[in-house]
Amino acid sequence: MTEPALEIADLRVAFPGGLEAVRGVSLSVARGEVLAVVGESGSGKSLTMLGAMGLAPRGALVSGSVRLKGEELIGARQARLRALRGDRIAMIFQDPLSALNPVLPIGEQIAEAIRLHRPRMGRKEIGERVLDLLALVSVPDPKRRAAQHPHEFSGGMRQRAMIAMAIANDPDILIADEPTTALDVTVQAQVMEVLARLRERLGLGLVLVTHDLGVVAGVADRVAVMYAGKVAEEAAVDPLFADPRHPYSRGLLGSVPRIAGGATRLTAIPGAPPRLGAREPGCAFAPRCVLAHAACAEEPPLRPAGSGAAACWAADEPAPEPEAEAHGETRHAVTGAPLISVRDLVKEYPLGKSLLPWRAAERLRAVAGVSFELAAGETLGLVGESGCGKSTLGRSVLGLIRPTSGSVTFRGREIAGLPAAEMRPLRRHLQMVFQDPFGSLHPRMRVGEIVAEPLRLLGEVGPKAAAKAEACLERVGLEAGFARRWPHELSGGQRQRVGIARALALEPEALVLDEPVSALDVSIQAGVLNLLADLQAELGLAYLFIAHDLAVVRHISHRVAVMYRGRIVELAPADALYSAPLHPYTERLLSAAPLPDPAAERARRRIAPREPESGGAASGGCPFRAACPRAAPECAEAPPLLARGEGRLVACWSPG
Amino acid sequence: MAEALARARRPSWLTVPVALGVVVVAFWIVAALTAPLWGLDEPLKMVARRLQPPSAEHWLGTDALGRDVFSRTIHGARISLAIAAVVVLAAVAIGAGLGALAGFFGGWWDAAVMRLVDVTLAFPPVLLAMAVAATLGPGLENAAVALVAVWWPVYARLMRAQVLEVKTREHVEAAIAGGATRSRLLFKHILSLCWTPIQVNATMDVGQVILLAAALSFIGLGASPPTPEWGAMISEGATQFYSWWIAFGPGFAILTLVLGFNFLGDGLRDLMDERSSR
Repeated sequence: MTEPALEIADLRVAFPGGLEAVRGVSLSVARGEVLAVVGESGSGKSLTMLGAMGLAPRGALVSGSVRLKGEELIGARQARLRALRGDRIAMIFQDPLSALNPVLPIGEQIAEAIRLHRPRMGRKEIGERVLDLLALVSVPDPKRRAAQHPHEFSGGMRQRAMIAMAIANDPDILIADEPTTALDVTVQAQVMEVLARLRERLGLGLVLVTHDLGVVAGVADRVAVMYAGKVAEEAAVDPLFADPRHPYSRGLLGSVPRIAGGATRLTAIPGAPPRLGAREPGCAFAPRCVLAHAACAEEPPLRPAGSGAAACWAADEPAPEPEAEAHGETRHAVTGAPLISVRDLVKEYPLGKSLLPWRAAERLRAVAGVSFELAAGETLGLVGESGCGKSTLGRSVLGLIRPTSGSVTFRGREIAGLPAAEMRPLRRHLQMVFQDPFGSLHPRMRVGEIVAEPLRLLGEVGPKAAAKAEACLERVGLEAGFARRWPHELSGGQRQRVGIARALALEPEALVLDEPVSALDVSIQAGVLNLLADLQAELGLAYLFIAHDLAVVRHISHRVAVMYRGRIVELAPADALYSAPLHPYTERLLSAAPLPDPAAERARRRIAPREPESGGAASGGCPFRAACPRAAPECAEAPPLLARGEGRLVACWSPG
Repeated sequence: MAEALARARRPSWLTVPVALGVVVVAFWIVAALTAPLWGLDEPLKMVARRLQPPSAEHWLGTDALGRDVFSRTIHGARISLAIAAVVVLAAVAIGAGLGALAGFFGGWWDAAVMRLVDVTLAFPPVLLAMAVAATLGPGLENAAVALVAVWWPVYARLMRAQVLEVKTREHVEAAIAGGATRSRLLFKHILSLCWTPIQVNATMDVGQVILLAAALSFIGLGASPPTPEWGAMISEGATQFYSWWIAFGPGFAILTLVLGFNFLGDGLRDLMDERSSR
């Protein structure tokens, strides 16, 4: 290996009060190399990078050594650090919108980044450099785009602009902190490709900080897994995925649902990562570890294991057999009378108000005529990218949003557009679990009260309701003691369990789950997914499972519906849809989804999209027409959702 | 012990001005509650020769009728604090009530309430208070009514904005999905999270109300002459140009109390911010 461009040795970041968030991290990256730093929230992965760049929050104490091409950065003067940042070492963040100035054209902002470090460069030269940079990050039509403002860029385009700005001065090291977390899968795949290409073209060293193992599999050379402020394991990408040595890495890999199917039970890591300041001495992972033994009372150092290094006393022991797959049967389609049936559901939102009172305002069709059925005990997965109308659809089914037209029936009874007072008694049968485990719980109510709250619908209050609430909490794996705690005392996964317990309190027949695991870390996510599967088996619940993560949806669903711009474009049994997609949009989604398997990820061919998309349904014809590789003249007319084979529906004139 | 004190960390909201505010406000509240027990001269009785400068016997001198200014100032706290408390509570009750309903129900009710708010806020507050007080006639009760009329719209606006924001949070949607009734939604799930800015504003407004009540009395629209009200006292002192001490007592009282409540409000806001960010 060549000499490292960035070498971090024993980096520590501590906060006043003795809270050490980064506890001696050593990493190195050479030019032309991609190092992935993977960890869950709170693992200290971002703070390590911020600390290395001298950007740690005010009051944080940074110690250790960070060498950029041999030059020590810890303790360097602020002026020197400023000169280096953006020139020799650059960083991009998760949210490009907040990092861009909304009132300056993109080109001007990139030029600014150059001017700051190359004050003598001529105006014309800078202008040309800006266009080159935009072309380099695959922004089409750079000349026109450079004059545009950030709001005219889509999320993926903004992130490319940020990358262009970061590489403007040809840095040695680019640190990308969750660069694609806020982006849709198809866009994420494109941005990752841009980053991978930059490594080849410019030979820069790339540090990819992420929580998503799938994202790094195809791009990274080496992977460092962080846990509780330390590197738990570091290894080249192939051995790490094939033969992880640290039990935490194994747990992480086991808890990722696979898009390739085989709906086995996920191996969730029990418990939650330790909170800052509440750490026991000894190995930080020991409380959650299946291999924990007496030696773990002493913190293990990072030592060679296999082809890499792992901080575990048991790193050389063989991996324990995964627990018996008792629930491992594949999910087969459930048949029976539909519990919920949706017909031609439409939800429109007015786009502002028309100035002329007799002219109706323009309308956005968030949901543009959707029909499906949900049987008792069945899970229907609803996938789509952000803005495709999947959440609006889910809320319309529950009457939380009043649909513009169309029908929703529950056990044959029409419930669309029902007045609130008539809807209320029906709510005990139809419940919802929300995406945000923080926002969906009342911050000033105790957990027990929150879960008991829906029981008021049955007129149950007081001790009887409290007892029921405790039973519900136990059902979702929280001891009764949680009833007296406040939401802010709980971790994300625990809160989401409280949300599920609340939905179960009324013993409903169907649940709408709106991205129930997308805000959770993978190891926690696996536990919640397993819980949902168990509850369905026990209680015979029907799920409408809304998510953007294709692997998660496949894992839990019997049937899957793919939504695009307010319509269902394909609906099929999960196995059939994932193994042989018929609609070109489904194909594209599947080809973009990251696989947690380095060899497969490098080998696959991605379907290049034709244009960036945004907004609701197109005005006429097939909504996917503009981006479709198989577009034909007949697509000027919108294709209906037609049956193709057993149980499959596709809205395309030339499927599969 | 000293070591334990040194290690105990001062909460970030407790700054020197806030501590000062707490002390000043506490002093005046205690003074108002216990004024008759201090063994001071009767505030309404002539106790000495008129227009005496401050002395050991009469700390703030005597006024044009030979009454003890210090005693009158301390007794004045009873009136000023009482009127401020009543006005702020009434304004919060009316304003926050109307604002909450406007934000929750929206539609024509919202439009009606908010236009009334706009109209009221379009007048300069002092002018409007004067106009209302003048219409009702002089007297402390009428001055209080006038001040409530000026102050409620502020709370209506604040509460409406707060309700509109909390209304869209996911836990409210979760409550709807759980079958909560409308009144349960409003009182349990929305209003319980709306009070913080109201509390902070109300604290700061106590000082402002004291100031404006004194202003009304100063121009003869509030308390009438013998009452030891600060505004009225300053008004009397203003005619005695060379006897500065007559206006000094009540003037200083108003200054400290208004400042005290402002500092207190600042501290309260920081405390609430700290709590909500946790």
